Amino acid sequence: MYRTTDILTNTPNASLSEAGYMVINVGPQHPATHGVLHLVITLSGETIINVEPHLGYIHRSIEKMCESLTYRQFIYTTSRMDYLSSHINNHCCALSVEKGLQIEIPDRAKYIRIILDELTRLASHQLWWGAMAMDIGAITPFFYAFREREMINDIMEETCGARLTMNYMVPGGVMFDLHPNFQKKVKEFIAFFKSKINEYDEILTGNIIFQNRMKGVGIISKEDAISYGCTGPTARGSGVSCDVRKLYPYEIYNRIEFDEIINNGCDSFARYEVRMQEMKQSLKIIEQLIDNIPEGDFQAKTKTVLKLPKGEFYTRVETARGEFGVYIVSEGGTTPYRIKFRSPGFSNLSALNHMAKGNKIGDLVAIMGSIDLVIPDIDR
Amino acid sequence: MQTLTNRAKLVERKPLSFIERVYLWNILKGLIITFSHIFKKKPTIQYPEVKRTFSPVFRGLHVLNRDEEGRERCTACGLCAVACPAEAITMEAAERLPGEEHLYREEKYAARYEINMLRCIFCGLCEEACPKDAVYLSETFAGANFNRESFVYGKENLLIPNPKTDPEGYAKAKGN
Ligand code: SF4
Ligand code: SF4
Repeated sequence: MYRTTDILTNTPNASLSEAGYMVINVGPQHPATHGVLHLVITLSGETIINVEPHLGYIHRSIEKMCESLTYRQFIYTTSRMDYLSSHINNHCCALSVEKGLQIEIPDRAKYIRIILDELTRLASHQLWWGAMAMDIGAITPFFYAFREREMINDIMEETCGARLTMNYMVPGGVMFDLHPNFQKKVKEFIAFFKSKINEYDEILTGNIIFQNRMKGVGIISKEDAISYGCTGPTARGSGVSCDVRKLYPYEIYNRIEFDEIINNGCDSFARYEVRMQEMKQSLKIIEQLIDNIPEGDFQAKTKTVLKLPKGEFYTRVETARGEFGVYIVSEGGTTPYRIKFRSPGFSNLSALNHMAKGNKIGDLVAIMGSIDLVIPDIDR
Repeated sequence: MQTLTNRAKLVERKPLSFIERVYLWNILKGLIITFSHIFKKKPTIQYPEVKRTFSPVFRGLHVLNRDEEGRERCTACGLCAVACPAEAITMEAAERLPGEEHLYREEKYAARYEINMLRCIFCGLCEEACPKDAVYLSETFAGANFNRESFVYGKENLLIPNPKTDPEGYAKAKGN
């Protein structure tokens, strides 16, 4: 359904100050914004009239760079986009190369990939939980979140070789086999985190002060969320069913039992609740897989030099922030002709103006926190 | 609400009970949780004094390997430089002269071998590409310095100590 949004009619112009409005800049180097985000905010008193995000401060032209990298190399540039779900980004690139080469990857690799994907999602949501609480003034959750996230980072380091930019995916499977300790450590983590997630709920979710700050701010209706192209928890908090894992299952997601979490609250608190529930679903997915990792190869046999056939390939996955897509145009060579990344953060940020308009300036961080912005993902 | 797939789980909000709506109780509850952490184990590591161990697959700074007799393994084939997505590796090849057999394993060797650690993204593709097991990523991570030039590591920084002349340093660099 098309709906004329009021973005176009409300752009700030020279007559703003005459109308009694004030224009202030938040960022790019501001402690209240995540990363180098620059917001130009038009205020009337304390009420937000318009929020205009300015991008480009961390643009590294990754898409252009990928055109000169081979199909093995370009995967690792995507770790630098959404660094909190780098594993899932790598996964999507590996999937699209596999789609082009029509490789069937071994079951073991599929299981490993999914488990690590879900661990990444957990780590990302934990960091979001801590950072968002800190945005609105609660410092303790930040430390708690990092404490639990440390366990995931340790698992990642032991198995993949790095803590944040894992680089574990290769076309055809994963780089090397799991560490012998992997299953034990993941089980330890699940047991530990199950008790901790209740603590999260007690200290923050159930807190009336926190709820009052989150409820009723940053409202975006279902139709608007769709028309702005929101995906991930941001859209699911408005009742849009958009989980790629359910709608277009990749790897073995169609064999796993889990729920797509949807909330009809449409406000910041709804998005918060969706993410909290998603953490539990991720735990459920890992629990189902961790004991059943099949034996066998962790990597399919591939040629040393990969050449994709002429054509266009698109794959999408669900990262912690929403739908991430890789679109490859191949001319048949060893490097892509053109690559386009569809990053979830960009579309979600575009809805910020709509969500923030009419709220007080103090609520802006609560809204921004609930969209879970990662700036390198938006700017790439 | 009708969802697209009928596989979604809808989360609805419960109204808060009276006790949940009392501010003071919520503050108290938060304080109880935070104070209970005083008696728990500290998760922090006191970094410069205490160092954590890294796993064997950790991708840290590069090392150029030698074989058991202390000869350099690298033959300057350039495969690592081709595989590198960040174009961090440069090298210059040279022929081995008669009488240098104890220094270099093959007829060709790298006279100059540089890795720019500021460009490197520690992906490990060079290690995968090397046919001679000559370059690998160790468990040490990048240090700090005041100028950029010192991050271009030459052979003198990269080569592992000679197991013949410096067995201790070699064992230490091997990490056991
Ligand atoms: S680790 Fe990766 S980026 Fe660094 S030198 Fe090796 S191939 Fe290049
Ligand atoms: S390190 Fe290995 S891949 Fe690189 S030039 Fe030497 S032998 Fe070749």
